[in-house]
Amino acid sequence: MRRRPLIVDLAVLACLVLYAVPFLWQLVTSFKPESELLHVPPLLPSRLTLAHYGVVFTRSAMPRALGNSLGVGALTTLLACALGVPAAYALATLRVPAAGALMLGIVASTAFPQIATVSPLYLVMRALGLRDTWAALVLADASFALPFVIWLMTRFMREVPRELSEAAALDGAGRWRTLAAIHLPLTAPGLASVALLAFLFAWNEFLFAFTFTATEASRTVPVALALFPGVFEVPWGDIAAASILASVPPVLIVIGLQRWLVRGLLAGALNE
Amino acid sequence: MTARERGERRAALGFVAPAVLTLAALTAGPALWVFWLSLRQRLPVFGIDRFTGLAHYAFLATDPRFWSATRVTVVFTVASVALELLLGLGIALALRGQRVGRRSALALLLLAWALPGVVTARLFEWLYHPAAGLVNVVLGLGLNWLGDPCLALPALVLADVWRTMPFVALFCYARLLTIPPALYEAAAVDGAERLATFRFVTLPLLAPVLLVTLLFRTLDALRAFDLMYVLTGGGPAGMTETLTVYAYRSLFQTLRLGFGSAIGVVVFTLVMLVAAAYVMVLHRQEAAA
Repeated sequence: MRRRPLIVDLAVLACLVLYAVPFLWQLVTSFKPESELLHVPPLLPSRLTLAHYGVVFTRSAMPRALGNSLGVGALTTLLACALGVPAAYALATLRVPAAGALMLGIVASTAFPQIATVSPLYLVMRALGLRDTWAALVLADASFALPFVIWLMTRFMREVPRELSEAAALDGAGRWRTLAAIHLPLTAPGLASVALLAFLFAWNEFLFAFTFTATEASRTVPVALALFPGVFEVPWGDIAAASILASVPPVLIVIGLQRWLVRGLLAGALNE
Repeated sequence: MTARERGERRAALGFVAPAVLTLAALTAGPALWVFWLSLRQRLPVFGIDRFTGLAHYAFLATDPRFWSATRVTVVFTVASVALELLLGLGIALALRGQRVGRRSALALLLLAWALPGVVTARLFEWLYHPAAGLVNVVLGLGLNWLGDPCLALPALVLADVWRTMPFVALFCYARLLTIPPALYEAAAVDGAERLATFRFVTLPLLAPVLLVTLLFRTLDALRAFDLMYVLTGGGPAGMTETLTVYAYRSLFQTLRLGFGSAIGVVVFTLVMLVAAAYVMVLHRQEAAA
């Protein structure tokens, strides 16, 4: 194909900057003095202030929520990988009874709407006394993270050459040892992508977190942001600051870990 | 079956059992239980828990609020998926030849997709602010986007398109990169115009990806919840109340667990129909490949 001129590349980039404006506007708003918020234009603030971040950090549920979200996200990812990786290894390399039906069930359960499973899960959490705990959220989030991990890791593990595990078996390695010494290192980049996405999904999750939490003890970032209080009027600047804080992990992932994010996303639906 | 095969099966079970049992408890179990719940009248506040059969479904069949929510869900899904596919395809085509700042381009694009839905809701709530919202300021209008019954649903669709279009764009872009340049050279040798090349080379190669993305996105749009719940709360006057919002309200605001579950079952059925189509398409594509 013909190479296109540089100016087109720059125009495309400019369009994408425009596309990010809803986020950038919130970023600007979060640094705007209170008195200028409702007076636009001018679009840009006369000076920058950290006042909104100060309010969010000292007088809102956000700090606690950030800790809860980090904890729940990390534990969900850990649980889903700890259970999902061995299962994926077996599905990819061993003769698992009813493997086809099992795989179909696993793929199908990634599609289950949360609104349908939330009422039974609510009754389970209540019966187990888990409401308003991290455990409730980790378990509920595992319901989508675990099938996702199994599905993608099975794909990645299928690509490991059979000869390698056969060679390991000849050397007397057991199956766990083969998983640890051959399959895990070879699928490590895939696992990183999958874990990253599992964390991101758990970080963003709202419906379960909104239902199973009751106080600041377990409320995650999306819940705290949805419930962000306004006494007499809506505190747009504080909400903007809270939104930006809630966006920090996704932004870091998109910028710093983009390669892994893209790999994981594409593995989910493409057959290449 | 040889002893060795039996051994392998037993070992395999050991590997999959913890995951499968967990999934059974967290997904399959609840998925079956919700059907049972939907056949019961369950009001925890009054200690009521009795079997009512299909009464909830019979009620839904004549419930105007249910049909309104169904209409909103369908309009929301069709409109946002169609717009996403068109825009996503456009962005993917624009990005294909990109040589400068590819990583930045992808970061700017994927940012919207990676944010929590609640954040997106908050961003657009501020953009749509009647007096100080960027939308009105730029357009020079004074519209109450989220408060006007005619504008609220389009405004919601727009926010959803912003959030999910990058997903479509990424998939199309990834597929475009795998098309061998030789095909385009051949088309050029044959004297094909730009439009003809798109119509007869690009589009057919992109079609399988577009189909998969279409089903993937339809599935997600049908079960979407956080964006509308936080952005409009189903309002004004129920104009943006989807089935998921109606179900959630019934479940946890009026605490009618049985009735809310019945709406959940409807969403579940819709989603599973799309998922079945998705699995069939994947199988066909794998068979063709």
